[in-house]
Amino acid sequence: MELVTPEIGLVFWTTISFLILFFLLAKFAWRPIMGAIDVRERSIEDALLKAEAAKEEMTRLTNENEALLKQARAERDLILKEAKQVKDQIIGEAKAAAQTEGNKIIEKAKIEINSQKAIAMADVKNQIATLSVDIAEKILRKQFEDKHKQDELVADLLKEVKLN
Amino acid sequence: MDLSHILNSKKIKLSFFLAVLSVLFVGKAFAVQGNPGQEKAGDKKEAFDPSVAILEHIADSHYWHLWGETAIPLPVILYTNKGFETFSSANFGHGNEAYKGKYYTYALEKDKVKAVDPSGKVDEAASKKVYDFSITKNVVALWIACVLLLVLFFAVASSYKKRVGKAPKGFQSFIEPVIVFVRDDIARPNIGYKYERFMPLLLTIFFFILINNLIGLVPFFPGGANVTGNIAVTFVLAIITMIVVNVNGNKYYWKHIFAPDVPFWLYPIMWPVELVGILSRPFALMIRLFANITAGHIIVLSLISLIFVFKSIAVAPVSIAFVVFMDVLELLVALLQAFVFTLLTALFIGTATEEHHH
Repeated sequence: MELVTPEIGLVFWTTISFLILFFLLAKFAWRPIMGAIDVRERSIEDALLKAEAAKEEMTRLTNENEALLKQARAERDLILKEAKQVKDQIIGEAKAAAQTEGNKIIEKAKIEINSQKAIAMADVKNQIATLSVDIAEKILRKQFEDKHKQDELVADLLKEVKLN
Repeated sequence: MDLSHILNSKKIKLSFFLAVLSVLFVGKAFAVQGNPGQEKAGDKKEAFDPSVAILEHIADSHYWHLWGETAIPLPVILYTNKGFETFSSANFGHGNEAYKGKYYTYALEKDKVKAVDPSGKVDEAASKKVYDFSITKNVVALWIACVLLLVLFFAVASSYKKRVGKAPKGFQSFIEPVIVFVRDDIARPNIGYKYERFMPLLLTIFFFILINNLIGLVPFFPGGANVTGNIAVTFVLAIITMIVVNVNGNKYYWKHIFAPDVPFWLYPIMWPVELVGILSRPFALMIRLFANITAGHIIVLSLISLIFVFKSIAVAPVSIAFVVFMDVLELLVALLQAFVFTLLTALFIGTATEEHHH
């Protein structure tokens, strides 16, 4: 039974030693050690969270960039499209203006030509009339140089004129 | 009362040796050479009684035996009904001489200080008045362990202070997983969110038991003492656990004990049962640690004793092979018992501080 009977001396010294050990270790070892482990674990967790956040930020930025790029491209396309439209419009307008202007000029030219033509024709008519009168005068003069011919003609004429 | 009576009884002795026999498979050699009973009857000087030797080795002592006849005498401190007495155990010679102190004459009987009358006979009545507070071998071993723990963990703590926020290094990195293990696998799951308050106690208990278990495995100075295999040490540890558990018990814990959910006329039955529960848990802790460590020491010493029982050096290789095997097993047991004691302490604290949910 000696083996299973706690001896008072050893109980006493164990109690004192253990309590002193406990307080010394608790104050000078466990507190700083647990504190340091906690701090480090928290900092590691923090770092991991931050890394995660940075990753998310990166993704967000990339997405944003892509969206911006897309938008820019769309804008460019739009601008190009608009420019083309404007260009086409301007060209169309210019063409139309040129057409009308040309038509006007042609019209004017036509009118001018016609008027010139009319003037020229009138002139030609006048000259022809004068010439024909002159020629007729000269022919008549030649024809009626002798008296016989004049009489013949009168006779012819008289023949023609039937007396009713 | 003396346990050696039990080990001396023929039946126990026989079954003990049969157990060793069945392990060793050397039945024939044993039958020829080793019947301790016969040996004891023979020449008294030559007789080797393993049970006496083993019990001597696992028991506490007033000397720290080094080798042969060389032993470190340790201080004897006695509290008698007349006052304190202190002297060196060297005064007892090698336990054979009586020493006349201030109040009584003392002698060692089975390494226990007893008051003796002038004729050298043990005076039982006077011995009852003498309380032994000596610095025994176990006390010194305990202090060596404490100093070792303090040096180790102060060093670890200082390296934590030096390397704030950095990865652990050296011995620190060896200790940290153990501390984190105690925290994450013992304290947190059993105690819950209030675990931080109990971490210092759990860590101290764990490392105190572990280091004493390990030093106890070393067969020579500064090892050789059987600290955690001494019931006084496990008794103190268990008492501390019991006090901590009951001091921290919340109202649900006490309600469960004094006003459990049973018809009130069952209370008189429930109270003693619950009271036994309060006492039986630390009692189991005390016995478990004591028995495991003592059993390991007894097995190792028995295997060594075989050499002396057979009186043949030829047995030594077999003995040593088995001792090495046992020592490796004891390393596991040392760790396991530290773990189990801490785990159960955490569990008891957990049940006492648990918030109740219905």
